[in-house]
Amino acid sequence: MSEQPVRFYQTGTFTVGNRLLPEDERSVQANMRRTNSLNSGHRACQGCGEALGARYAIDAAMEATNRQLIAVNATGCLEVFSTPYPESSWQIPWIHSLFGNAAAVATGVAAAMRVKGRSDVRVVAQGGDGGTTDIGFGCLSGMFERNDDVLYICYDNEAYMNTGVQRSSATPPAARTATTMPLGGSAGNRFGQGKNMPVLAMAHDIPYVATATVADLHDLEAKVKRAMEFRGARYIHILVPCPLGWGHGSAETVRMARLAKETGLFPVFEAEHGVVTRVSKIRRKLPVEEYLKPQQRFAHLFHDPPRRDVLDLLQQMADRNILRYGLADETEAAA
Amino acid sequence: MLKQVEGSAAVAEAVALCRPEVICAYPISPQTHIVEALGRMVAAGTLTPCEFINVESEFAAMSVAIGASAAGARAYTATASQGLLFMAEAVYNAAGLGLPIVMTVANRAIGAPINIWNDHTDALSQRDCGWIQLFAEDNQEALDLHIQAFRLAEELSIPVMVCMDGFILTHAYERVDVPTQQQVDAYLPRYEPRQVLDPADPVSIGAMVGPDAFMEVRYLAHAKQRRTLELIPAWADEFRRVFGRDSGGLTHSYQIEDAETVVVALGSVLGTIKDTVDEMRARGVKIGVLGITCFRPWPTAAVRAALSGAARVVVLEKSLAVGLGGIISNNVAASWTGSSDLVHTVVAGLGGRAITKQSLHRVFGEAVAGSLEPLTFLDLDVDVVERVLAREREQRRSGPIAETILRELGVAATKIV
Repeated sequence: MSEQPVRFYQTGTFTVGNRLLPEDERSVQANMRRTNSLNSGHRACQGCGEALGARYAIDAAMEATNRQLIAVNATGCLEVFSTPYPESSWQIPWIHSLFGNAAAVATGVAAAMRVKGRSDVRVVAQGGDGGTTDIGFGCLSGMFERNDDVLYICYDNEAYMNTGVQRSSATPPAARTATTMPLGGSAGNRFGQGKNMPVLAMAHDIPYVATATVADLHDLEAKVKRAMEFRGARYIHILVPCPLGWGHGSAETVRMARLAKETGLFPVFEAEHGVVTRVSKIRRKLPVEEYLKPQQRFAHLFHDPPRRDVLDLLQQMADRNILRYGLADETEAAA
Repeated sequence: MLKQVEGSAAVAEAVALCRPEVICAYPISPQTHIVEALGRMVAAGTLTPCEFINVESEFAAMSVAIGASAAGARAYTATASQGLLFMAEAVYNAAGLGLPIVMTVANRAIGAPINIWNDHTDALSQRDCGWIQLFAEDNQEALDLHIQAFRLAEELSIPVMVCMDGFILTHAYERVDVPTQQQVDAYLPRYEPRQVLDPADPVSIGAMVGPDAFMEVRYLAHAKQRRTLELIPAWADEFRRVFGRDSGGLTHSYQIEDAETVVVALGSVLGTIKDTVDEMRARGVKIGVLGITCFRPWPTAAVRAALSGAARVVVLEKSLAVGLGGIISNNVAASWTGSSDLVHTVVAGLGGRAITKQSLHRVFGEAVAGSLEPLTFLDLDVDVVERVLAREREQRRSGPIAETILRELGVAATKIV
């Protein structure tokens, strides 16, 4: 009998299958001794993808570093909802300085650890897409280029949510934001713009780059742990749906993240030293409408008549991703 | 040990003696020689353990220093002019977080028009940022102030900016007495941070603070700075005991006891002013000098006491509050019990224009004679200014401002009287 890879198809999620795994393969979140680095009581919105992503990622990093971790935070939702004075949800040493300098502050923390001979203490910097792809890009690129020993995590919710949903360079084409309204014949954010941050990170030839979503806990945790096996600059880009900014139900966050991956709009992969080493295959390819339709930010595409032209362009983007990263699961297709 | 070295090299040696653990380097004239020298020491292994980090901007330089300091390392950087403005957000942040970073500012004008030469507009633009700001009169004082700066910063958990005139001091070769490592170690204790990122004792630094506590945070910053006014003279005394010379303190006065006219100034121009005052004294003019070493916190009581016998005050400053007049003169007027009408502002040396004894004799003479205007621009080429203003009245497209002035002058060189 040939061996088959373990898959968790029972409910379409990856978490339920956790119980079927041997203990050492179970998720950090399933462990009674998880650190709850971002503890309960914070003020994130109901269904916040960023809160979920940060909790998953930092708890995994804590386990990977034997709890010797310092976190640096850019200004943004995560910073605001986790530390309203005089409260803090952080159970780990944590610093927030500015919107655009998290990567550089993390460089400073890492330098301090090195000079003090504390090679056991590791440093994570984290920010939203605005703090990463826009205002923090200069400091981030500098940190990458110097190959400083920092894991930078971008929680990408595809707009400036903390200031009231304005466009960032991570906002997808056609999306409505407060600064890309679907008015006057245009359909939200323009096509042909935006930054592909994971690819830009890879272009710096840093040891490790990965993308992930909050829909796949095992994959996200594995990537954080893998990142911690490297020294030098590492980057993880996590798609974190935002019920407020995207306009979907707060119970739909994980489903939205999964659909982003399953349509091909958000490729999930990892790369070492600038070369893609593994991709998460799409199990059942879905048309982009499945992902777009539940989101108010794309509602203008589904009026009567629907914007077939725009939907076609978005489908082409997804198809290009599938081709570019080899996301189609041939074994699945054959079966 | 006595040495004949460039000002930048003297400062680099002083910083190295303070055992910095993280140095952030980004080039900008006229500061660059300082970090270059420190980089050589780290590479050669004479300054160790120390992380020397070549960053991609001044904003990153201050941000890396913030991270290093918050993680318990003694952090240092240097900048000037546009660089100080580019890092301004992080400069305020370092003060707000209470991180004891020491930074040299090699004072230089701010553009446009772009200008690399010395004045004080860069440092003074940051006067309310919450850093302690010390101004050096000469290279020996620049060296000494850095040693005092680390001690001040770390005791109070406040960042300290040591300002020294770009080129005039940074690039001048002067004799300096470089202290021994034993002397500096005796004066500057090991850095014991008041707050630190430590996995064994986790804290959150930089939380969001709303109206309920923001005022208190700002008040504490102010209260700490005012407390500095007591510590600085005490530590200058201790500095004298350890190093055997006067350096630092809040102010330095010269020939002030019976002075009817007192000239107030910051930085290297004090040397020229003292020479001028000596010559005027020789002619029987009762004139003296008050040098401000500590600009922030502003030494209100010390200035008031020093000016108590004066009939009039001339504030000679390398800075301009555009649309108002003087920056320093405002601080002086607020500290003086006399009439603010008798505080004269002389804006001088902007963008590196030479401040000569001849010009100083003229304005000080006018002050003594009671004919000095409340606000004077020393050696301003009034003709050129008038012609440019006339051109602007006559022509809608009068052209780029700096280019117009240079065309009127017919030369593109620094004007030295």
